[in-house]
Amino acid sequence: MLRFEQISKTYPGNFTALEDVSFELAAGEMAFLTGHSGAGKSTLLRLISLIERPTHGRLWVNGIDYHDVSRRQVPFIRRDIGMIFQDHRLLMQHTVFDNVALPLVIEGISGREMARRVNAALDQVGLLDKARALPATLSGGEAQRVGIARAVVNKPPLLLADEPTGNLDPDLSKDIMRVFESFNQAGVSVLVASHDLSLIARMRYRTMTLKQGRMINDGLLHDGGTA
Amino acid sequence: MSQLLHSRAHGHRGRDLIWYRSWWRMVQQQCRLALQSLLDLGRSPLWTLVTVGVLGLSMTLPATLHLLVKNVQQASRGVNESFEISLFLRNDASKTDIATLVTLLRADQDVSKVRLLDKAAAMVEFKQQSGFGEALSALESNPLPDVLLVTPRQNNPELAEALLARFQQEPLVELAKLDISWLERLAALTQLVQQVVLTLAMLLLTVALLVIGNTIRLSVMDKKTEIEVMKLVGATDSFIQRPFLYTGVWLGLFGGVLAFAVVELMLWWLSSAISRVTHLYQSNFTLASLTMTESLLLLASGIALGFIGSYLTVRSHIRHIEPF
Repeated sequence: MLRFEQISKTYPGNFTALEDVSFELAAGEMAFLTGHSGAGKSTLLRLISLIERPTHGRLWVNGIDYHDVSRRQVPFIRRDIGMIFQDHRLLMQHTVFDNVALPLVIEGISGREMARRVNAALDQVGLLDKARALPATLSGGEAQRVGIARAVVNKPPLLLADEPTGNLDPDLSKDIMRVFESFNQAGVSVLVASHDLSLIARMRYRTMTLKQGRMINDGLLHDGGTA
Repeated sequence: MSQLLHSRAHGHRGRDLIWYRSWWRMVQQQCRLALQSLLDLGRSPLWTLVTVGVLGLSMTLPATLHLLVKNVQQASRGVNESFEISLFLRNDASKTDIATLVTLLRADQDVSKVRLLDKAAAMVEFKQQSGFGEALSALESNPLPDVLLVTPRQNNPELAEALLARFQQEPLVELAKLDISWLERLAALTQLVQQVVLTLAMLLLTVALLVIGNTIRLSVMDKKTEIEVMKLVGATDSFIQRPFLYTGVWLGLFGGVLAFAVVELMLWWLSSAISRVTHLYQSNFTLASLTMTESLLLLASGIALGFIGSYLTVRSHIRHIEPF
């Protein structure tokens, strides 16, 4: 599903965000990506979602070599990746329903088919009753779940989440993680970047730890948060 | 998994078994998009008004000048006496010869009127007007020729030229002359005005394009975060730019309607004044207004302007907005 091969990313000004990172994520696997802020978690996710391109190394997602992806193909690649952000990135002037429907509208799906899929996605995150609400009226946890519904509405094989529980209290964080787990059980590959070590440790999934751009640990994390 | 890219790019289409249903759905979608763009214009009424105003007025001026040219051409067509061929007859032509020639010409189907200026009358007139009275009296014989003024039936310079060539062949005719120089001058003048109209139109339309571009640019900037989100969930540039193109088309359409309204208003305002003048001159000249085709052309050029102005801006701007 995901394959990094000796990926490095250097920003202008010689700041190295990622250095020689290699790993694979199998189809249907769920994993966490952790490390301090500035360790390169976001950069790694941005490489997958084609917001950035690596300086060195090669990268395959969904069996596609990103080296061969032209600018015009980027949107189509992104449709295969559900992305969830710490700040939700919702359209504030549009209802929850419209927000979740956006990826479908982009793909040209409309009418009853669209409504059915949007309602299914909202149902999965438990927000069916908020379909007509505006994002500004939602709580942090609800907004995050709208973001998740939008990410999964067109059934992408890969879900990426960048600090999805960053602004949430522990109970809500656990709820969100459970939502990810349920999608993973349905066969979706999930990669979650988070620095909430205690939560990650309790979840008992494969965890990759980044430190100053290097992968220093890949495996299960034990309680207490030490690698 | 590599087939994902293709299967998703066309994903839903496989399900639309009946082609017209997908076509109908597309039409519906485009209509919805167009309506949405129209409603969005209402959100920034000031910029909308300014843009429509500039666009409309910059189309009004060329349209008005075009009407001016058209009316001048029409008015000049009404002047019949312009095509008059002067036939200067040989000095030795006898009175009976001249009379036969006059009847012959009057019978000609290309001739509408023949007038004889005989040389004695011409001499008297010349003596009075030239001031050479005394000197002319010293002349033994009258040096002036008899002149026939022939008006062709049709008001066409080429036909008149042909007629002129024919008259030149007449044995009695010493010299045939067609005086259309002033008409040619008028034609040259109207052509000049047309050139000015064209140049002016180009300049004004460039301004209009820039104004539309700027309005669209502001609108793109206003929706920057929205565009970023759309890009993140996989929207193509052409998908994102569509509503802005509709905005441009609406602006152009309204601009065209405004230009049309201003021109019609101006004509209505002028027509009473003009009819008073033409009444005094006992002319049946009426002010020509925009024809149906011209009006539609005005609207179409407004729409084209809006679309082009919007397209040129929106492409580069949307390209440069990238999510972070």
